Amino acid sequence: MTTKLLTIIEKDGKAAKDKDPNLSDAELRRVYRTMVQTRIMDERALTLQRQGAIGFYLQALGQEASHIGSALPMQDSDWFFPAYRQPGIMLLRGADLDDIVNEWFGNDGDTSKGRQMPVHYSLRSINFVSISSPIGTQLSQAAGAAMAAKIRGDDTVFMTYCGDGGTSSNDFHAGLNFAAVYQAPCVFIVENNQWAISVPSTNQTKSESMAAKAQAYGMPGVRVDGNDILAVYRVCKEAVDRARKGGGPTLVETVTYRMGSHSSSDDADRYRDAKEHESWKQRDPIERFRKYLEKKGIWNEEFQSEIEESFKQDLNDAIKRAKARPKPAAATLFDDVYLQPTQQLIEQRDELLGLEGPESDEIGEFPL
Amino acid sequence: MTLLGAVTDALKTEMRNDDRVVVFGEDVGKKGGVFGATEGIQAEFGEERCFDTPLSECGIIGTAVGMAVYGIRPIAEIQFMDFIYPAFDQIVSEAAKMRYRSGGEYTCPMVIRTPYGGGIRGGHYHSQSSEAYFCHTPGLKVVVPSTAADAKGLLISSIRDEDPVMFLEPKRIYRTHKGEVPDGEHVVPLGKGRIVREGTDCTVIAWGAMVSTCEKAADEAAKQGKSIEIIDPRSLVPFDEDIVLESVKKTGRCCVVYEAPKSCSFGSEIAAIVAEKAIEYLEGPVARVGGFDTPFPYSLEHLYMPDVRRVVEGIKKTFTW
Ligand SMILES: Cc1ncc(C[n+]2csc(CCOP(=O)(O)OP(=O)(O)O)c2C)c(N)n1
Ligand SMILES: [Mg+2]
Repeated sequence: MTTKLLTIIEKDGKAAKDKDPNLSDAELRRVYRTMVQTRIMDERALTLQRQGAIGFYLQALGQEASHIGSALPMQDSDWFFPAYRQPGIMLLRGADLDDIVNEWFGNDGDTSKGRQMPVHYSLRSINFVSISSPIGTQLSQAAGAAMAAKIRGDDTVFMTYCGDGGTSSNDFHAGLNFAAVYQAPCVFIVENNQWAISVPSTNQTKSESMAAKAQAYGMPGVRVDGNDILAVYRVCKEAVDRARKGGGPTLVETVTYRMGSHSSSDDADRYRDAKEHESWKQRDPIERFRKYLEKKGIWNEEFQSEIEESFKQDLNDAIKRAKARPKPAAATLFDDVYLQPTQQLIEQRDELLGLEGPESDEIGEFPL
Repeated sequence: MTLLGAVTDALKTEMRNDDRVVVFGEDVGKKGGVFGATEGIQAEFGEERCFDTPLSECGIIGTAVGMAVYGIRPIAEIQFMDFIYPAFDQIVSEAAKMRYRSGGEYTCPMVIRTPYGGGIRGGHYHSQSSEAYFCHTPGLKVVVPSTAADAKGLLISSIRDEDPVMFLEPKRIYRTHKGEVPDGEHVVPLGKGRIVREGTDCTVIAWGAMVSTCEKAADEAAKQGKSIEIIDPRSLVPFDEDIVLESVKKTGRCCVVYEAPKSCSFGSEIAAIVAEKAIEYLEGPVARVGGFDTPFPYSLEHLYMPDVRRVVEGIKKTFTW
């Protein structure tokens, strides 16, 4: 069983020569930029939530290496079935910033037409399949999409995510089992951030690790330092290459930490030890990668401020545009239930549009 | 006390009364539930009687069935009703049918508590009212409080009941609804509705968070000279037909208000009962005011939820045809 933890970048930024995946300087810069952008976006969005401009937000603080590093070996034609904590993948794959920000506001420019809560993106433009709240459902779907690609003879690879909590879901079992039985080109990433809201990961399983579960399904399982982007990349590159060559699925456990509260509605200080948080802060994935880049002579202050300033500007512009857009029109409520609306939907729509008087003012705040 | 506080009070009261009662689910232990319904319970009763589970609704309900069959009293929390479906099989095929399929040899007295309903900016998956699926399943009881006192009294009755009970908590009014709640022992029987306010011209039937919306609508209708009687059935299964039929026979009109999609809802069932058993008293059509036959939206939630103007419109329909 390969449940030992793979690490490449040491605390001081040194990397073992024999393990360094030797990405080009340009690629290293792009990856670092994406990590910093992701953190800026998370901070800005939470502020918007606190100011009441958007209804909800959920950050990936501390998990930038885990999800950006895993997505890095995927090609443009490959597909993602994400959970809700992988925002950096959208930036890495060049999603339109307006598409991201409009979703938070649920305005008429939102690709999913304001139908879902913030962070439940649907971005066909980057093969990023519509996110759902129920934990784990994407896992068996990714296996199925991978089976379909195999049936069609395509060389597409599928990557899907869940948290430590997600490994307890029915779909974790179904997804891994099907993917293994049909040798589907699917890579399962478990981002073990130690917590499922207030429940520690030790409460999810008595397995010695999440990666260990792979053995029972008959697929390789790898445990990797999730705060080390080179290690995550290396492990996932191997898994993606294997899947593309017909070698079947892989389970990757990225060992990381949820640096923030579960969401804008949660307060982790109520159930988490501050010391634990502090010790993980020393292992910050961006800081660690920065030291590596600095050692290589790729990073300097100038580079840092260029990234920060240009992205903050772009983000602020996108937010300004998003704020100026209205909610989707009332009639759109009835679209997309089916391709053609039923008789009942048409009747209900016409009735709603014909109503007079003030609309409801009874909508409260999201309490979780 | 808030409706939420009354839920906690009921849990503690019954846990003190009956040492067979255990409470479990996701985040119910140290955190005390994502809404705070189980706050202080683990501290008072220990981790044996109040504990966090792995993230599996199927596991939560499957193990609750096993516990109930064996003879303790499980109270399982499903964090949001929208997340109950991985447990659907255990609820409808197992808990609901245990008594019948074993000829009464085995029974399944357990409570599934779950927050439900919209109006909190929760989008698709934190807002739905899916009571109809469960009302449609013989063997399950389905209970919905709309006041703090009822929340306590109905929850205690549900825990003491010999059959599986779905206890649906209207989360929008968890904290906004406040009312007097009797200390200690307080029991409200299942299957007995409540007249929320008396009136003579039209009967409005609503449960959960819709009751207060209907009260505001009744005030509005009063300005138009219509006297509205509001009935809260409090439990959908068993359903208090008598209180509804008696009222409709008096007012001659009936409007049912609910958050679930309009079609195939429990409200449709009530409309059918009234049509079947009180047609000769009706002076106008029975009206249904529900959510729309769409998934629960996010940005347009305020249009989806039945509000005062839609309830007033529904009442108007019972006068015009
Ligand atoms: C089926 C289901 N049950 C419960 C929830 C409520 N819920 C939302 S997130 C969460 C914890 C998830 O933890 P984990 O899988 O570790 O992911 P993380 O949030 O840590 O990224 C829970 C219980 C849900 N979304 N879906
Ligand atoms: Mg987690």
